[in-house]
Amino acid sequence: MTATGANPTIVLVGHGMVGQRFLEALAERGLTATHRVVVLCEEPRPAYDRVALTSYFSGKTPEDLSVTDMAFIESHGIELYVGDPAETVDREARKVTARSGQIFDYDVLVLATGSYPFVPPVPNKDAEGCFVYRTIEDLLAIEEYAGSRARVGAVVGGGLLGLEAAGALKGLGIESHIVEFAPRLMPVQVDEGGGAALLRTIEEMGLSVHTGVGTQEIVVGEDGAVTGMKLSDGSELATDMVVFSAGVRPRDQLARDCGLTVGERGGITVDEQCRTVSDPNVFAIGECALAADGRVYGLVAPGYEQAETAAATIAADEAEQLSFTGADLSTKLKLLGVDVASFGDAHGTAEDCLDVVYSDSRSGLYKKLVIGRDGTLLGGILVGDAEAYGTLKAFTGSVPPVSPESLVLPAGAGESAQLGPTALPDDAIICSCNNVRKGTIREAVTEHKCTTVPEVKKCTKAGTTCGSCVKVLGQLVNAELEAGGVVVDKGLCACFSQTREELYEIVLALRINTYQDLLDRYGREEARGGDGCEICKPAVGSIIASLAPAIGADVYVLDGEQAALQDTNDHFLANLQKNGSYSVVPRIPGGEITPEGLIVIGEIARDFGLYTKITGGQRIDMFGARVEQLPLIWTRLVDAGFESGHAYGKSLRTVKSCVGQTWCRYGVQDSVRMAIDLELRYRGLRSPHKLKSAVSGCARECAEAQSKDFGVIATTNGWNLYVGGNGGATPRHADLLAQDLSDAELIRLIDRFLMFYIRTADRLERTSTWLERIPGGLDHVRDVVVEDSLGICEELESLMAAHVSHYRDEWADTINDPEKLARFVSFVNAPDTPDPVVGFVPERDQIKPDLPLLSIGLRPAEDVLEGTAQR
Amino acid sequence: MTLAPETTDLKVHLRLTDGWLTVCDLSALLPGRGVAALLPDGEQVALFRDRAGTLYAIDNRDPFGGAAVLSRGLTGSHQGRPFVASPLLKQRFDLESGQCLDDEAVRIRTYEVRAS
Repeated sequence: MTATGANPTIVLVGHGMVGQRFLEALAERGLTATHRVVVLCEEPRPAYDRVALTSYFSGKTPEDLSVTDMAFIESHGIELYVGDPAETVDREARKVTARSGQIFDYDVLVLATGSYPFVPPVPNKDAEGCFVYRTIEDLLAIEEYAGSRARVGAVVGGGLLGLEAAGALKGLGIESHIVEFAPRLMPVQVDEGGGAALLRTIEEMGLSVHTGVGTQEIVVGEDGAVTGMKLSDGSELATDMVVFSAGVRPRDQLARDCGLTVGERGGITVDEQCRTVSDPNVFAIGECALAADGRVYGLVAPGYEQAETAAATIAADEAEQLSFTGADLSTKLKLLGVDVASFGDAHGTAEDCLDVVYSDSRSGLYKKLVIGRDGTLLGGILVGDAEAYGTLKAFTGSVPPVSPESLVLPAGAGESAQLGPTALPDDAIICSCNNVRKGTIREAVTEHKCTTVPEVKKCTKAGTTCGSCVKVLGQLVNAELEAGGVVVDKGLCACFSQTREELYEIVLALRINTYQDLLDRYGREEARGGDGCEICKPAVGSIIASLAPAIGADVYVLDGEQAALQDTNDHFLANLQKNGSYSVVPRIPGGEITPEGLIVIGEIARDFGLYTKITGGQRIDMFGARVEQLPLIWTRLVDAGFESGHAYGKSLRTVKSCVGQTWCRYGVQDSVRMAIDLELRYRGLRSPHKLKSAVSGCARECAEAQSKDFGVIATTNGWNLYVGGNGGATPRHADLLAQDLSDAELIRLIDRFLMFYIRTADRLERTSTWLERIPGGLDHVRDVVVEDSLGICEELESLMAAHVSHYRDEWADTINDPEKLARFVSFVNAPDTPDPVVGFVPERDQIKPDLPLLSIGLRPAEDVLEGTAQR
Repeated sequence: MTLAPETTDLKVHLRLTDGWLTVCDLSALLPGRGVAALLPDGEQVALFRDRAGTLYAIDNRDPFGGAAVLSRGLTGSHQGRPFVASPLLKQRFDLESGQCLDDEAVRIRTYEVRAS
């Protein structure tokens, strides 16, 4: 107790992930109510997710990375001083002085000061252009320098953070080098074989790796900025910036200054309760602590465990005596898109242990299990495919129920066995970051009535830190629900119990060419003979349209029954806008258009009073057309040689291009011609979702092909094909499918890829999510479309050939068919009357929808407003 | 009813307060697809015909977005009841009662309709 009789005070020095977990642990134990809690945080922002630091470069903002809920801090009365580190500790007087001069008395002091990046003592290590990779501020500085002054960057250190840093530099458009002193990458986690698999994959991504060499000196220019580095093998590497990522050291200076015992190689020495051995009133947790087992833990999970231990000790709760005696160093990471995992005794240090190794350097796969003499699984290393990590780790320390060989063989390779997480014992740890056992997850479903992964995450905290166990979590939740009699329905909708993929196979195999036939024969019992629904009608309509030539359906989507299946956009071959008017987009293949073409579009837009805007896909959108104007507009467009741009369809939209070799000084291929060829080949192809593409004429990538469903980038030898990219709300960089293809090889591969996607994707599933979802991911798709592992490539190609040869312009067909044209009226009983709700007002010399017209309805004005606000 | 020629002569009529309004030929209604009709007072009605041949008529205005577009939505049946999904933001409306299936508080007007 303090002399004043007020609440005793806990001072926490350091607000990182472990510090924040410590505060949560205090609150859970009610200590925030009985104690004054003061937090001194050095960084200019409260605790954030340092594990996910690199995701800043893929679009996360510093705010996204925060792990601090300010409402939590406030509601527990925690005094958090941001940007105000502790400077000195007077243990005698039990006082901490902060940089701002504030002095805090403490009863308990908890040090969670983390670590600092180790910078090797080489000449000029502090020159301009030298950075470390530890905090958000470091990243901001790297980003700024890379953007303004650097073309080439070198990362010192080929460990976990070094690879992340190198990937980040590459992502910033910089030529990246990795310099690692050890003979392989990630020397701590993987062995020689794993390092080789990793090296190959990383070099394929275009990063240069220099292993077995040390940094001797940073070379600087006259202005004092970095120009290169001298390496221990005598060579010199020209570089504009250097990022040191050669490991971390415990930040124990504050402890040293106040006389606390620290380890020989750093770290504040603590006992099993995380109490410093020198002072019972001082604790140390996280990366600054030298644990009772003589190790400093640089991972977040052990840090969390230490935070819980310290909080429990301070609470002096007899019922909950925690101690920290060491932790599992298992890790699973996705580095530059490559899965890397190591667990247990990964390097096989136990006596008499044996290795089981599967290695396929062509696909960058390496899997090793370390097995004891009695068959016990002791540990392992997985590179390239760490799918089995969750299961294998949980089996570590026991004899797995199937042979170890079968656990590392790839699926489909004869002996391989898939050990589902359901085979795990209840005390197997599923989430090691938060120490959640399988039994706890099962209880969340059975006792706490959770039915989805997000609910289970909230209930158990499992999967909320690094996320590597979320997949296993999903399998466990589904298995538990099924065991509890809850049927997990994977059907398309209330009308069909099949997935879209299964319906596609049925339609193709049985040549079913009408929706009603499919519904009546293969729909759910209760849906047969009915009218279907708004989910399955367009989905089946799309399948029938994709396969039309092969199954004997009409290729014209508005023909017969097919017309009733289409969403309004497909039905009117235009895009519905908020006031009931439509927008019109003629195809402009590859974004190439003649002055005459531009004039025609301009004249039409002027004559019909349409609002015009350039789209992101290099074409022109005309807004504000009434239903009855669509045929008139299209008659003029078709006369001028334009055709439908399918902007309304779940089908190919555009193939963007840069001007390429023809004009550009850097271009190495004719990207415009290729974009036009591709757009004309795949125009009108109905697919599970829209398809976007682009062709860039050189590696500068001006057409942004890597954000497209299929993107093509020219090389001096041909074309590189990227797949699965996406912009929008969930951006994804496309994956390289194949390199240096000839024109014919490129087109054949895209044919196969698109048809395989159309065949196996879910409804409204873009290629990006499809690639992430399908078992085996990109590797599986590559096996199927490049190696023809399923023997279906011939069929995929012939389906595409049928599509290409049967293509007809939907708008030309429509304006030549009086019966179809009769549908393009606002009112069936007043064909010449326009819809009075569709009106326009001027804005910036063009039109915009007259919104007040929309709000005069049957409902009182405030109801309409309310309805609008709900969107 | 005669069996054939089934729809050529039949007209669709809508019941208004002061009697029946003839709207269009029955053949103008494609099963599963709607059309819009303009009433003398300026209101708009969406007309539908399902697979079994039953006709439905509801207000054409989407009460959430305000545009007169319900006739352009996709129809379906759920637990034996017919509905249309708005093409704006996909809320579904029961074709017989006008009840919004995704928002209890919203119900739109329905009309009596027949073919003869």
